[in-house]
Amino acid sequence: MITLSGVTKTFGKNRVLRGVDLTIPSGQSMVIIGGSGTGKSVLLKCILGLVQHDTGTITLDGQDVTTADRDAFLARFGMLFQGGALFDSLRVWENVAFRLMRGPTKRPKAEARDIAIEKLRRVGLKPETADLFPAELSGGMQKRVGLARAIAASPEIIFFDEPTTGLDPIMAGVINDLIREIVTEMGATAMTITHDMSSVRAIADRVAMLHDGLIQWTGPIADLDTTTDPYVQQFIHGRATGPIAAVR
Amino acid sequence: MTALTAPLAAIGRPVLAALAAIGRVALFAASVIGHIFRPPFYPREFFHALMQIGWFSLPVVGLTAVFTGGALALQIYSGGARFNAEAVVPSIVAIGMVRELGPVLGGLMVAARVASSIAAEIGTMKVTEQIDALVTLSTNPIKYLAVPRVLAATLAVPVLVAVGDAIGIAGGWLVGVNRLGFNSTTYLQNTVDFLETWDVVSGIWKGAAFGFIVALMGCYHGMNSGRGAQGVGTATKSAVVGASVLILAANYILTELFFSA
Ligand SMILES: Nc1ncnc2c1ncn2[C@@H]1O[C@H](COP(=O)(O)OP(=O)(O)O)[C@@H](O)[C@H]1O
Ligand SMILES: [Mg+2]
Repeated sequence: MITLSGVTKTFGKNRVLRGVDLTIPSGQSMVIIGGSGTGKSVLLKCILGLVQHDTGTITLDGQDVTTADRDAFLARFGMLFQGGALFDSLRVWENVAFRLMRGPTKRPKAEARDIAIEKLRRVGLKPETADLFPAELSGGMQKRVGLARAIAASPEIIFFDEPTTGLDPIMAGVINDLIREIVTEMGATAMTITHDMSSVRAIADRVAMLHDGLIQWTGPIADLDTTTDPYVQQFIHGRATGPIAAVR
Repeated sequence: MTALTAPLAAIGRPVLAALAAIGRVALFAASVIGHIFRPPFYPREFFHALMQIGWFSLPVVGLTAVFTGGALALQIYSGGARFNAEAVVPSIVAIGMVRELGPVLGGLMVAARVASSIAAEIGTMKVTEQIDALVTLSTNPIKYLAVPRVLAATLAVPVLVAVGDAIGIAGGWLVGVNRLGFNSTTYLQNTVDFLETWDVVSGIWKGAAFGFIVALMGCYHGMNSGRGAQGVGTATKSAVVGASVLILAANYILTELFFSA
């Protein structure tokens, strides 16, 4: 279980997070929605310690993440970055197998490659892509390689930052199913950022809406359509008018 | 009161900023050195860096050296003619090349070529979140990116300097024999007779120091790159300027240490 209480983060004068309280239960799929630039990616990075939060506490299974042993902590996570963040000096399969080929759980090269190709298949990529370089792929393909890398070592907790942005509707469906499958079959905890309402409905057990640096609403997916929260209503119906300003 | 303190503040602010920057670079250097000796090691990254920094710098260092050696021979000849000392050309060319011009010009050329490419590469990795991705994959970016490059440059630049020395002396010899009427054997004999081991070795030590500086500045500025393409551009510029200035400053300090009696 991941808990955040009163988490704040400021960049210069930009108060991005202003006291985020959120609980992500183990084995569930939490989806974060919210306008672009509201700090959703920053929130994930704070949990991973890639960005240091200013005040508040973040705990994983009761232990403060800032005092946890970094290697053991990070070994439990997989992360898909918004931009893919593939290593462009390495081939696709080497990207996917990056964690498998290093560290205490190091595997032989051939085995790591086989696992990588299997993970690529799960994100809808052909084995031929394995030997290409990231720069030779389209944006959507890079995103899926990033996804394959995030799940390669079968982590307990996986963060997906906009997994379906830039994908065609069919591929987006494949990825939604995959994320759902990882949570239900492998019992992983997932935290997904998305703007795509069909994704939200396909993936989420719980939904949280981030706005103005605060969690405006959180609840089970079943309550999403019936909530009277004006922020959520405006967001899910994509209205230009409402409490969320169109110019941010 | 503000009229009095404002100028002081205007002086103080950049001085403090400069001191803070020196402190950060020093801490970064200490951390890189600390990680050199602790596993995990990344031999593949190291050999890749060795090729990029050492092997592919040979043409530019060689060309710099041959033209410098040739020009040096012409200068010493015409300068020496004023007091009938044309015969010193071979030995002065040799000493000038191995002690000073080989390491300094070689170092500066490597700074232009290598500090820029390291800073641009690592800076791009930073702005495209590849450094963050490394961290989430339990890999220390200093160990994986900085250590192989710094180590490779520290070992490769001395070799480049040695090769540059030889090519520079050959450049002087070519000009000496073909343009200034020296006898080939006499020229080479003079070069060998007057050159001491320490002349060569001191220059090679300088090369090691300059290699360290070049890769360190490339890695430091790359990892601290600002956001976007502009951030990477600024990081690259700072790496080249920083490496060049530090090379010249370090050259003076090392020369004081090595040669002031
Ligand atoms: N490293 C950083 N330095 C300064 N500002 C940042 C940094 N990262 C994010 N921000 C700012 O934080 C805000 C939220 O960014 P982000 O979390 O990426 O938004 P999103 O919700 O679209 O993922 C933006 O205004 C962005 O400019
Ligand atoms: Mg984002």
